Amino acid sequence: VIDAVGNPQSILVLGGTSEIGLAVAARFAADAPPGRALRVVLAARPSPRLDSAVGRLRDLGCEVTAVPFDALAPHTHRETVDKAFAGGDLDVVVVAFGVLGDQEKAWTDTDAALELAGVNYTAAVSVGVLVGARLAEQGHGSLVALSSVAGERARRSNFVYGSTKAGMDAFYSGLTEALRPRGVHVAVVRPGFVHTRMTEGLKPAPLSVTPAAVADVVVDAVRRRRELVWAPAPLRWVMTVLRHLPRAVFRRLPV
Amino acid sequence: MGWQPDVTEEPLTGWGLTAPSTASVLRGRTVDAVLNAVREAGPRGVLARGLGRAYGDAAQNAGGLVVDMTALDRIHSVDADTGIVIVDAGVSLDALMRAVLPFGLWVPVLPGTRQVTVGGAIAADIHGKNHHVAGSFGNHVLSLDLVTASGSIETLTPNDDLFWATVGGMGLTGIVLRATLQLEHTESAYFVVDTDRARDLDDLMARLTADDDLYTYSVAWFDSVTTGRGMGRAVITRGWQARRDDLPAKLRRDPLRFDAPQLLTAPPVFPSGLVNKLTVRAFNEAWFRKAPARRRGEVQNITKFFHPLDVVGRWNRVYGPRGFLQYQFVVPFGAEGAFRRCVEAIARSGQVSFLNVLKRFGDGNPAPLSFPMPGWTLAVDIPVSRGLAALCTELDEIVLEAGGRLYLAKESRTSPEMLARMYPRLDEWRKVRQAADPSGVFASDLSRRLML
Repeated sequence: VIDAVGNPQSILVLGGTSEIGLAVAARFAADAPPGRALRVVLAARPSPRLDSAVGRLRDLGCEVTAVPFDALAPHTHRETVDKAFAGGDLDVVVVAFGVLGDQEKAWTDTDAALELAGVNYTAAVSVGVLVGARLAEQGHGSLVALSSVAGERARRSNFVYGSTKAGMDAFYSGLTEALRPRGVHVAVVRPGFVHTRMTEGLKPAPLSVTPAAVADVVVDAVRRRRELVWAPAPLRWVMTVLRHLPRAVFRRLPV
Repeated sequence: MGWQPDVTEEPLTGWGLTAPSTASVLRGRTVDAVLNAVREAGPRGVLARGLGRAYGDAAQNAGGLVVDMTALDRIHSVDADTGIVIVDAGVSLDALMRAVLPFGLWVPVLPGTRQVTVGGAIAADIHGKNHHVAGSFGNHVLSLDLVTASGSIETLTPNDDLFWATVGGMGLTGIVLRATLQLEHTESAYFVVDTDRARDLDDLMARLTADDDLYTYSVAWFDSVTTGRGMGRAVITRGWQARRDDLPAKLRRDPLRFDAPQLLTAPPVFPSGLVNKLTVRAFNEAWFRKAPARRRGEVQNITKFFHPLDVVGRWNRVYGPRGFLQYQFVVPFGAEGAFRRCVEAIARSGQVSFLNVLKRFGDGNPAPLSFPMPGWTLAVDIPVSRGLAALCTELDEIVLEAGGRLYLAKESRTSPEMLARMYPRLDEWRKVRQAADPSGVFASDLSRRLML
């Protein structure tokens, strides 16, 4: 369980090589009281990158296991989730996987569009259902969904990605209400531009943040049981304005 | 069991309002209902809950079954001559006290609130201001009826290992249904109280060491905010039960009258941060100033002497929605240096503690997980905020090194390893529990968190 000062004993990162997901685990690991190693389960496709993530968390004193997870194979998700929970209760689960893709290809090529939708939306819904049921059964826990400000209003430059995030955001916002009476906290986190592998080579948008900064927001949301947060926090107000701009104005913005 | 009207799915927390979890809560109206609950416990087990005054997660069982014992609240018999009473586990100490005072009887161990059940008092082996004289609650239990994992009722006495594993066992050996208690005789419901102010921690400890044994009840409130020369300045209140002759004429007419008003209930709307450096500093200053430097022989009622906080219902809400924790530890006599380092660490940390209570404990009892042992105990209430975890971790290390320990009824954040080292008899307790409950029917958030 998450203790009185907000430190969990275990965490599952779905998308176990996600820089934000790993930063969240590292943050919680740093705060764990001495003599209580944080148990981390990383769910991802087996890869050298996953191996190195496991190694890095072990160096931080975590007890780490890796579980194979393929977002694009929904029929395998139940097995992934069962394996992740095999070691006992999970206090925090972060839905951290996602792809950005090539946005021009994404709206012109069916396969590219479906892959984005399959990973960012379908798989997120699939694991949300499975993990939600497990957390409700155990009667406690925090489920964190990494959404995006891109889902708040579709932009010409990345609207396929934005549409998948809009869908997963809506799903987890509803799940927040459905799971609340079962004692499970769900947090929807909407980062802006984050400096990661996914955005490498792209021009950073204003108010860009690092994965560590997003992790700080996530950790705080878990501790305060906040249900909808932005990273960085001021994006909330920026997005509130952007959401309400007339299309003719929004279209001309350099965002 | 969702179809049963007596079972509801409820979010539960301890008194500190931290770490909520949801369980199926069964209102245990009959002994049969409790027995069935244990027999039909699911994979996440079952746990008894009383009035929820444990600060941390001791009375929670996430995803499992929690039996609310407060409906089993009959006082079966009171023997005014011998002082022996037989009560259901769900009887509160408040109700028991009201019921037995007319017989000239007194509950021998009372914690900082009367709103605890007899079952909870046994499970946490609670202590009061008279620990140095009377010991803890378990010392006054003659026998108890325990629903064990097999779903049967066992009557246990202090000759049984399982009795002492249940005393202080945090509900993890079974569900106490009923207990036979040895009460004390009293002539009045009032106290004769001496008040002293100590100018700093050394002065405080010297005064308590010098003449604590003259008093039945002794406790010191101390200022945890002031650093430097006045660090540890304190108000000491000590006294004994008033005899009829000690009372002024007005009170003598009805010496056993129970004076315990509850003036108001705190609403659930306090914002975070109301308990902050400024308000706490002001409160600490006022509390210290309003106490007389020295006063002798004042007659006080139960609420004033024992339970000033019971005047406000749900006072825990004052700390705001993030809740608070109470850090209570004991270090043995001789470890005064460690005690001082703890007080310094708290004062220096900038964490604000509203309520700070210091007391000398007397001898412990045979229960392996009972908290009190001869030494100094300190309890501080601190709202949850940044830096609190680090402070508690720092204190843990000092307490452990000094051979001290934490109180499980207050515990909400330490590590299994730390706790095991603080309670060297944990394995002994585990063996008894293992024999009584091999499959782990009784479980709590606390037991899962600390791997008890």
